[in-house]
Amino acid sequence: MKSHVLRPLFVVVGIVILILSARLILVPKDFGVYERGYMYGWHRKSNEEDWKKIKVKYQGKDFCRDCHADKYDSINKTPHKIIQCENCHGPASDVTSDHYSEQRPKLAIDKSRAQCLRCHYPLPYPTSGRGDIKSIDPEKHNPDVECSTCHNPHKPMEGLR
Amino acid sequence: MLAHGELWTVKELFVYPNEFIYWSVQIVMYPFMTGLVAGAFVLSSLYHVFGIKQLKDMARFALVFSFALLFVAPLPIMLHLQFPFRGIEIFMTPHFTSAIAAFGVVFFTYGAIVASELWFLYRKHFVDVALKLREKQDKSLSELLQYFIFCSLTLGVYDVSEEALHRDEKAIKLLAGIGIPVACFLHGYAGFIFGSVKANALWMTPLMPVIFIMSAVVSGIALCMLTYIATMEIKKFLASRRNEARRAFRSKEELVGVEVNVIQMTAKYLVFFLVAAISLELLDLIFRTYTAVKSWDVLRSVIYERDFYDIFIMQYGIGNLVPLIMFLIPGLTIRRAVLGVLLVLFGVFMMRWNVVIGGQAFSLSFMGYMHYHLPIVPHDWETFKEGLFGALSIFFMPFALFWVIAKIFPVFPEVRQE
Amino acid sequence: MITRRNFLKSTAAGIAGIALPLAAFEIIDPQKLMAEEAKSDVKLRWVFLVDTYKCVGCGFCVKACKNENEVPYDANVTRTWVERYVITKDGKVHADTPKGARDGFTTSKIDLGEGKFEDIKKEDINKAFFVPKLCNQCENPPCVQVCPVGATYQAPDGVVLVDRTWCIGCGYCIMGCPYGVRFFHPVYHTAEKCNFCYHRISKGLKSACVDACPFGARRIGNIKDANDPVTKIIMTERVGVLKEEYGTKPQVFYIGLDREVR
Repeated sequence: MKSHVLRPLFVVVGIVILILSARLILVPKDFGVYERGYMYGWHRKSNEEDWKKIKVKYQGKDFCRDCHADKYDSINKTPHKIIQCENCHGPASDVTSDHYSEQRPKLAIDKSRAQCLRCHYPLPYPTSGRGDIKSIDPEKHNPDVECSTCHNPHKPMEGLR
Repeated sequence: MLAHGELWTVKELFVYPNEFIYWSVQIVMYPFMTGLVAGAFVLSSLYHVFGIKQLKDMARFALVFSFALLFVAPLPIMLHLQFPFRGIEIFMTPHFTSAIAAFGVVFFTYGAIVASELWFLYRKHFVDVALKLREKQDKSLSELLQYFIFCSLTLGVYDVSEEALHRDEKAIKLLAGIGIPVACFLHGYAGFIFGSVKANALWMTPLMPVIFIMSAVVSGIALCMLTYIATMEIKKFLASRRNEARRAFRSKEELVGVEVNVIQMTAKYLVFFLVAAISLELLDLIFRTYTAVKSWDVLRSVIYERDFYDIFIMQYGIGNLVPLIMFLIPGLTIRRAVLGVLLVLFGVFMMRWNVVIGGQAFSLSFMGYMHYHLPIVPHDWETFKEGLFGALSIFFMPFALFWVIAKIFPVFPEVRQE
Repeated sequence: MITRRNFLKSTAAGIAGIALPLAAFEIIDPQKLMAEEAKSDVKLRWVFLVDTYKCVGCGFCVKACKNENEVPYDANVTRTWVERYVITKDGKVHADTPKGARDGFTTSKIDLGEGKFEDIKKEDINKAFFVPKLCNQCENPPCVQVCPVGATYQAPDGVVLVDRTWCIGCGYCIMGCPYGVRFFHPVYHTAEKCNFCYHRISKGLKSACVDACPFGARRIGNIKDANDPVTKIIMTERVGVLKEEYGTKPQVFYIGLDREVR
């Protein structure tokens, strides 16, 4: 007779068993506690590999040099040698295609004034390296024209000194 | 392409690029609803555990309402999650270092306790209805369905002897007793969710779980009082309209409506918890003012300048002080009680609002602000679910659910006597 | 004498009762917890070094990061950004980060938000500088602690990652980060943040922002390798970290970190 009082408890236990069974099906097998312990390392281990498999987009200057040695050498003689090719030309690869392939034979060139102003807008800040960069007043220095009209970014001061 | 939260956030001065108001009105609704759940349950337990006889009918009502609220409580979260169907992961791979993971365990335990307590309370009714339907030879489709439902609800136990019913009462008392700390935990952990976030200068305080529990009980009691008054008065009105001549055959409840001393009794408990809630919140504010840590400059400008109206006028003034005075004035009438509980519910809602939205009103830089524009008119799913209409749907759903559940768990005496 | 019925019931209850603590045991395996101490055997722990003297605010890092990590270019969220601080002679601090410096800083006016700007005269400036920011891959990451389902975690080499297939989008990790580096990805709708370009560093490449920076303001290294030039600087020169008081133990180190930096 006492058992009737425990009946709701059996229903509860039944539901818990249901949840634990569902867990066996729904949770990936490699989900668990790993190197960093339960607080910081509770995860699906294979996700680490998922992130490592992401495609690399930016290839770096040395990749460009293989085909564009002339441009590479030319810019290397100027203060612009510190800039990556892909900073102005965009990444060599994107999600779907690689340069140099049929889908991506040419890379874009950002010729806008805004691009050059990133460094050359006058911000003479004391204690910051920004103050050391040569700058121009964009409102006075040929405001309607693209910078690259007179300045070849690979040889920025050629013919202008 | 808009970032999540960008639509209803306006940034001012220096705010980090990724900062938006991510936790919006649904995250305000969630502690509000779970607070009502906890409060309703505590009210019901006041009768079952402490034997306060005048609260008997209120207790039954509060328990059923608490059950209706329980089904609605996870909905704000479902609407807020970017992946609601992945919500089940909280049961599959809970990360218990996170307060939100406690949701799975606490909700389930609490639901089990309330459901079990209701079963013991209504067991005799289930058995009576099931047996009566069993005897009936030609059952209509709805009666067949009813028969099936009530038979299942008996869980195969048909013994309604004095001894069995006595055991039921003991079980109820035990469950109500265990249930009080679990209900407190249910809402305390919601407070812990905020109080433990060290990154948020407004939320981070050990007082947060306690403040949440106190104001939760306040809101639960207030809502039960309100719904109780409303239903009793509606029944009285309907009974009087049904048949003027049959006045002599109405029940006591249908004649009188709400009894004033039940309301006065309940209001005493409301006042107690209201005073506790106000004291704790003021304590938190006083401590912050006194210690004046790094975040104090920006918090001061949010609390005393930008959000002054929301905090001191709406929440503390209209939502706390005015109803407190109304309940303390002797000779409480039903009308004054109704206004008082409405203001209290508003005050508790504003408290949740000021914590959740207020905590996101300033930037992590302590040098900027964010303003929240609640989406009013929905023009897509996002502006519905995280906007005014989403919040209102959640608010009214328990009442609809209560109407359905009351058909299985009848709360009014004259129905039980049939 | 126990009846068959009661025996079966008790057994069922017993099995269910044992199943629960056993499941918990699997979750919190003492052996795996002890593995914490084996941390000293780890040979690779990524750290980052930022030189705020060298940063000029060109924003090439932000642009490169967005392209490399497929964060929508036009969305107002970014895995890394650069802040500008201008401290004037009256002691006031003016700071801004227009679009996270995706387009660099091409005006001297401070962006105040809501379309308002404040112009600062050159002669009023005492000092001004740029501070790049990114995920600190903390040793005690509060964002990982608060994830309810184990979607975000720390890899053994210190990088904190998010499992896009498991994240439920609750946003607790975003609220938990004191540095504001996390956000919801506008396309995937899961939590997102800088991961040091995990796919690049695991192949021996450098993070996209490190390569993109023309001035060498950003560097990445392995603190466990005593010969790493980054490690040498961190160990022997004066470096600072952000928001030390939160106890997160951030692993991005700053040269020239000013007290006014937020």
